[in-house]
Amino acid sequence: MSLIAAWGLTKQFGDFTAVDGIDFEVERGEVFGFLGPNGAGKSSTMRMIGCVSDPTGGALRILGMDPAREGTKIRSHLGVVPQQDNLDEELSVAENLYVYGRYFDLPRAVLRPRIAELLEFVQLSERANDHVEPLSGGMKRRLTIARALISEPEVLLLDEPTTGLDPQARHVVWERLWTLKRQGVTQVLTTHYMDEAEQLCDRLVVMDRGKIVAEGSPRQLIERYSTREVVEVRTHGQVAVMAEALRRLGESPEAQAREELYERVEELPDRVLLYTDQGERLVALLGEVEHESVLVRRSTLEDVFLHLTGRSLVD
Amino acid sequence: MARAAVVPSTRLAVEYWLLTYRRNWKGSILTSFLSPVLFLAAMGLGLGSLVDAEVGSGRDLGGLDYLDFLAPGLLAGNAMMLAVNESTYPVLGGFKWYRTYMAMAASPLRGRDILLGHFTYMAFRVTLASFVFLGVMAAFGSVSSPLAVLAPFCAALCGMAFATPTAAFVATRINADNFSTYTRFVIMPMFLFSGIFYPVSQLPIVLEQLAWLTPVWHGVRLCRALSTGSGVNWELAGHLAYLVALILAGTLIASRTFTKRLYE
Repeated sequence: MSLIAAWGLTKQFGDFTAVDGIDFEVERGEVFGFLGPNGAGKSSTMRMIGCVSDPTGGALRILGMDPAREGTKIRSHLGVVPQQDNLDEELSVAENLYVYGRYFDLPRAVLRPRIAELLEFVQLSERANDHVEPLSGGMKRRLTIARALISEPEVLLLDEPTTGLDPQARHVVWERLWTLKRQGVTQVLTTHYMDEAEQLCDRLVVMDRGKIVAEGSPRQLIERYSTREVVEVRTHGQVAVMAEALRRLGESPEAQAREELYERVEELPDRVLLYTDQGERLVALLGEVEHESVLVRRSTLEDVFLHLTGRSLVD
Repeated sequence: MARAAVVPSTRLAVEYWLLTYRRNWKGSILTSFLSPVLFLAAMGLGLGSLVDAEVGSGRDLGGLDYLDFLAPGLLAGNAMMLAVNESTYPVLGGFKWYRTYMAMAASPLRGRDILLGHFTYMAFRVTLASFVFLGVMAAFGSVSSPLAVLAPFCAALCGMAFATPTAAFVATRINADNFSTYTRFVIMPMFLFSGIFYPVSQLPIVLEQLAWLTPVWHGVRLCRALSTGSGVNWELAGHLAYLVALILAGTLIASRTFTKRLYE
């Protein structure tokens, strides 16, 4: 049985539909991601899974229970890392863990060794008695993760776990989450970072405007929604002119004869992207088109993401 | 799922507030102590000597010295001020700046635990400060009845009659813009016109009747009767009932506005 399952899950705020009838299942032990641009409905979905926001439509089951009726019981099995840190800055690092553990009615005798263990795990043992306020962003994030683990939850919910952190701090957080995954902790996370999704998620859904637009493992998504390679051609001149030349190249009889050269052409301000399964062959033909430089790279989740959700900003 | 389900309770939320109180109880007690000392010295002794000389321990003050008249009134007024402080910025902070309530809401605690936990703590703070106030009153020699030990509890009820509707209102606010207006033009007039500094019978009849509606007037009447031992009668039950009714109404409305804000 799935740990979390949703059918037609919907959340409306007045006239605005934040989550528009989505279906998904999360299995025990997997890391499941919601990937999407800001405003896609990820956080609203997370709040419903966290049982702090009632669905306005569809059905949701967490650990086999209905959040509308057994929210308290479900929440006692969840560990939540919210998007905005809500640590108590006036209390010490250890006190933050203690007081949160008390919300779960855990006795002091259980909490004391567990706090020491968790601080060790997130590498904050030396700061145990310091105030939270002066800690760096990365340390606060790790402390929030430790706090979420204080009740030994069955599911860890992480809403944009590394947003706002510097690269070193992000890697430390990822490494910790990876360790948790190896220990079998089920994790549900939202992110708009492709590398984060690729690194952490076993399976993910791409959300856009409240809907799920794709679902699968990072590898499956790349195979399904992008080509094997991407050829990036840069130019000093006008991109539109070069794109036109590249399109003609693809339509030339000799190119047609060698099967399709590329699937899609995309124009960016300083370059043109060619989505292809035969990058090297395509490059060999490029001499006919005036360009500045060319680069062949593997397709990434970012290509999938931008293809599915578009490049334009949705505010 | 071998672990037993957590039974959430208000007690667990109160623990949080007590832990934060442990961090700054010294400063808080000192403030609770200094404030009545200053007020009673300046107004009770300073202004009081003038009043007593002019009016005598007159009929208008119910046969009391001005200090004895003023002190229990200030006890109730002080409780109101403290309760309003505790139910404005800390409540908005719980939703917005510190997000304490949001952290609690993600745990097994329910909305009512979060709300009642904070209210319980506020009542504790106001009761404690009121006992310190009573101690200062005793030191000034303005406690003349053993019933006075009940006065801090009545002061706390008076405070909570303000704190609960104030918190209910604050839960609907996006920012603190209106807080100083509220303190200056709603709370301050009550402090000045509700029988703390002079009997409301001195006011024009319209203002006097308005004063009867304010919770603080009822609190003042209770504290004054208990600390002086005069006028202890069934009227006091009416004052108590009025304050309790306001607290219940405030809590009921607050549970609506808190639930909406926490789980929107």
